[in-house]
Amino acid sequence: MPSLVRSTATVFSREIAPELRSPVGVVLAMGQPLLFLVLFGSMLAGTGANPGAGTEDVWQWFVPGILVMMCLMGPLSAGHSMLGELNGGQMERFLVTPISRTALVLGRAAKDAVTLFAQATLITVIAIPLGMDLHLPGALATMMLLVVLAVGLSALSCVLAIASRPGGNLFWIVTQALVFPLMLLSGILLPVDAGPGWLSTVAAINPVTYVVDAARALFAGDFLNSSVLHGLTAAVALAATGLVLSTRAMKRGI
Amino acid sequence: MIRAVGLRRTFKVGKETVEAVRDVGFDVAAGELLALLGPNGAGKSTTLRMLTTLLPPTAGSVHIAGFDAAREPGRVREVIGYVGQKSASGENHRIRDELVTQGRCFGLSAQKARHRADEVLDILGIGDLATRVPGTLSGGQRRRVDIALGLIHHPRVLFLDEPTTGLDPHSRAALWDRIQLLRREHGITILLTTHYLDEADRMADRIVIVDRGRVIADGTAGALKADLAGDLMHITTSDTDAARAAADLAGGMPGVSRVTAEGRTVNVRIADADTALPACLRLLDRAALTVTRADVRRPSLDDVFINLTGHRLGESGDAYATVPTDEPIGDTHA
Repeated sequence: MPSLVRSTATVFSREIAPELRSPVGVVLAMGQPLLFLVLFGSMLAGTGANPGAGTEDVWQWFVPGILVMMCLMGPLSAGHSMLGELNGGQMERFLVTPISRTALVLGRAAKDAVTLFAQATLITVIAIPLGMDLHLPGALATMMLLVVLAVGLSALSCVLAIASRPGGNLFWIVTQALVFPLMLLSGILLPVDAGPGWLSTVAAINPVTYVVDAARALFAGDFLNSSVLHGLTAAVALAATGLVLSTRAMKRGI
Repeated sequence: MIRAVGLRRTFKVGKETVEAVRDVGFDVAAGELLALLGPNGAGKSTTLRMLTTLLPPTAGSVHIAGFDAAREPGRVREVIGYVGQKSASGENHRIRDELVTQGRCFGLSAQKARHRADEVLDILGIGDLATRVPGTLSGGQRRRVDIALGLIHHPRVLFLDEPTTGLDPHSRAALWDRIQLLRREHGITILLTTHYLDEADRMADRIVIVDRGRVIADGTAGALKADLAGDLMHITTSDTDAARAAADLAGGMPGVSRVTAEGRTVNVRIADADTALPACLRLLDRAALTVTRADVRRPSLDDVFINLTGHRLGESGDAYATVPTDEPIGDTHA
């Protein structure tokens, strides 16, 4: 049986090939985060608000949030393509080979993570002329954190896709119902502290909140901030849960 | 090569438990082509999915090439190829890329996978489609691509789920040529499901008929027809009285399983009608009954199926109720 790394690479290269052939889709998928960055971000900067405790630059506070937002929009709906392949015959065709079930998810998640990395880089570069100070090592560390989050969300999305066969309604209901609350309750657009106390309580049980806080600290180059550890833990926990659940779901028979 | 024992599979649909497969078991010898025949919903696909490790059985066991599918699914997957009912190649992926990926999934090196991809493209005669995406192919071409995907790792056993459903007669024939070629040149054991009676009849070494999740017959097409249907003598007499008298006389002959008279014609279901017919005619002649016409009809698998289930198997694969079984079965397809 081929090793996990090799198998993951096999699945990854299959998934990435069509994107490389027509990369336009990757850019088009960035439309919404771009709107938020350019329009919402400019307004936020214009209000002269200083939501980020510790950093003077509102862009350095806002951009990492937008990067996490891309994670919620891209990888979280990655199950969509798997749902299509589950209902078509493609998934079945892979499951009848000896390839590792974990690799089938991990390869897809890796593709989502790489796509996200490319998109996040573009967003960051676009933010520079808008007035953001770039802390390069910080930005790169943020990307690494986001890659872990992307793997987790992508894997969880696959679990959801498997659970919502064959109709796929469950998949759409859950992802649509999740994206905006997760986004608003993690302080991506405005700081959670600005809301009432109950809102902070809800935000505290949202794992994305910790990732957003960590991303902000990293992005500004504040590597030793305690939120970095919390965020990293949350992202790793999401990734591990996603991979375990998806592997189990596939072993159970599809 | 394939041994299935007491397979059972239930599904929960809401609060109800549906028994898709109740009791299915058979052996397939190395190199054999076995057709699993039955109407839609008989449990053919579910059986196939259990045989190919895709679905764990609720009860029963599967052994492929000596490996237990429940305990060593990895070993089983190495020796089997599976072609499901749906299209196996991804919509956004080029045919050859998909074949190479499939080879890699079986642990072939990149170079070997590319080499083998070209080989199977060649075996199935679709080399010119290598850089196309499935959306641009015809139904028959897509089916060939699916089979190519199933062959990439030199499987010893190939499972085909309804390989020819939905294809036009020309594509069906072409696909069968390829399947027969595989058997001749590579000695692959093949198990396929079909609801086309004529296909099972002509192509399969052996036929297992399943209905409502159970095996109801297992044998060669010839044996099934002889055992479960018998030949039909179709005799026309001068008038209805003569027909009734002829039916009485014919009914006394050895090997007769069923006699019916209808108008001026008599239908006699009998073993080995070729030798029985001259004897029967002599018998009727001695009784001074005038026979105006006599012929022998071979039973079809259709007859076997109707005899076993009381249903006939339509072209679309749906079983539908037909004439009561005590009527002359040979006439139902006339």
